[in-house]
Amino acid sequence: MLISDYNPITGYIALWNGIFGDSYAIGETIRQISPYLLAGLAVAFAFRTGLFNIGVEGQLIVGWFAAAYVGIAFDLPKIIHLPFALIAAAAAGALWGLVPGILKATLKVHEVIVTIMMNYIALHVVNALIKTLSGGGFKLERIHQSASLRSEFLSNLTDYSTLHYGIFVALAMVVVMWFILEKTKTGFELKSVGYNDNAARYAGMSANKNIVLAMVISGAFAGLGGAMEALGTFGNMSSMGGFTGIGFDGIAVALLGANTPLGVIFGATLFGSLKYGANNMPNEAGIPVEIVSIIIALVIFFVACGYIIRVGLIRLRNKKEEK
Amino acid sequence: MLDVLYFIIPITIASAAPLIFTAIGGVFSERSGVINIGLEGLMIMGAFIGILFNLFFADTFGAWTPWLALLVAMFVSALFATLHAVASISFRADQVVSGVAINMLGLAIALFSVKMIFGKGQTDFIQQKIPRFNVPFLEDIPIIGPMFFKLVYGSSIMAIAVAFIAWFVIYKTPFGLRLRSVGEHPMAADTMGIKVTKIRYIAVLISGGLAGIGGAVYSQTITNDFGHATINGQGFMALAAMIFGKWHPLGALGAALFFGFAQALAISSSSIKLLADIPSVYFHIFPYVLTILALAGFLGKAKAPKALGKPYVKGNR
Repeated sequence: MLISDYNPITGYIALWNGIFGDSYAIGETIRQISPYLLAGLAVAFAFRTGLFNIGVEGQLIVGWFAAAYVGIAFDLPKIIHLPFALIAAAAAGALWGLVPGILKATLKVHEVIVTIMMNYIALHVVNALIKTLSGGGFKLERIHQSASLRSEFLSNLTDYSTLHYGIFVALAMVVVMWFILEKTKTGFELKSVGYNDNAARYAGMSANKNIVLAMVISGAFAGLGGAMEALGTFGNMSSMGGFTGIGFDGIAVALLGANTPLGVIFGATLFGSLKYGANNMPNEAGIPVEIVSIIIALVIFFVACGYIIRVGLIRLRNKKEEK
Repeated sequence: MLDVLYFIIPITIASAAPLIFTAIGGVFSERSGVINIGLEGLMIMGAFIGILFNLFFADTFGAWTPWLALLVAMFVSALFATLHAVASISFRADQVVSGVAINMLGLAIALFSVKMIFGKGQTDFIQQKIPRFNVPFLEDIPIIGPMFFKLVYGSSIMAIAVAFIAWFVIYKTPFGLRLRSVGEHPMAADTMGIKVTKIRYIAVLISGGLAGIGGAVYSQTITNDFGHATINGQGFMALAAMIFGKWHPLGALGAALFFGFAQALAISSSSIKLLADIPSVYFHIFPYVLTILALAGFLGKAKAPKALGKPYVKGNR
């Protein structure tokens, strides 16, 4: 920040106020954290099976659309409608994850390229669907109240912010991921394939089945992340000129959280608050919002370079011991 | 029908040129064994620097500005690619993760600078665009003349030339042989006295430079300003062209032209009688679907360089 001739102290104060300044800001910050949690979970879950899911962005977009569509097209009592919309979002995301999963498992196609391509396919297809459904417009109708995650109680508590029940869904999914990975046979197999797929194969596990399964579950998490935006924050869907960025930030969340469920909570809290808090920086300190994106990108970069830092530390230690 | 072709082919070539530059850049990097997902970020950097230089120096250099802007964009993007090179070659970082970071960093830095310098979300429009001209003599050839040689961008001709030069360099020179050997079997190359690290660095820098030119060409021919959506997936489409072209410069050239054709159709399908009924979304997703199919092996075997994505560690087997 010093390089770019801005006052870092006012910048940080603005950031701080943006995150914790008043109860409204806290509410909005928590709201921002919920999709980050789910995107982070999605990336982390795939990583644990040795897969790099860059497609979280696309899976999130189709999830968003599926949730919004179900929210509009059906008229059901809340107790059925809301879960139905959530499941639809998860299913759409899972479907989007299924394709690269199957291609990876059966044809050994690298999942990174396929998921990137699927992102763009999702973006264009969803935009086209929105256009068709809204009769040439750029926006879907608002979802019905019965499918909404909005909560007056949480909203009132935080000075009429857009905080919604989504955060509980997201936290529940953290538990689900922990449970799958640590407490079930499937989770054990998934992790084994991630560590060493040959060894897993010798042990009689089907690497292919687990790869597909991991991508499907990862996609479902991402789809739910889209549902947060559809049913909670925005309540509708507009056609998009570019990506939301949540899926890519999810990579940073997962990396920082070391791909563990608990770590993802920390990562999502950090990046979610940074991202929302940064919105306050242009007003209070005149610093462009993008500073936070720069920070997030640098974090990814340095985590990727972590190897050399570790090597450096080990060398330092060895030198000390020699002396 | 001929009118349609007169209309579409120039658009095709114009939208393919940035893809060609960037895809060729990708070929260099990946042939040396370094995955470069960061093409998008490098292109963004190039597009931004190109516009910036053009805006500030248009008065000084006049008609030369866009060409100098390409040069500057090339150097800055090559410099930016050094980050990726250091991380993925020397620091043995995960090349995909590092590439993703480059993409995010490129966009964030460019937007941050735009807001800092211009105080708004996008730059002003440039006055000195890359000029279009008629190729003498060739434009008089019936049918082909108006299709290919009327009102072409100089940068498009450059792009096609670069593809052939790249083919020559990679397949006909000692450097190219080294580049390919480093990407296929770095240990064997090392045994033969080839400096793996050096070759890989050079390759990644070349890819950065070419992606920078690609971005600057895009911003100075098609958008003429820079904003958050200026480069929106072109880098990834170039990546797709590279894969679809099977990691071969001329293949990448063909694929990029083909994708350019798809983009041209997407833009202009509504004004063509034959295609007006097909929703443009099909043309938009066409390149991406095709790439997935190519990777899945439905369109002939696409084979990546063997050592792609693996950092080379001396003495490891």
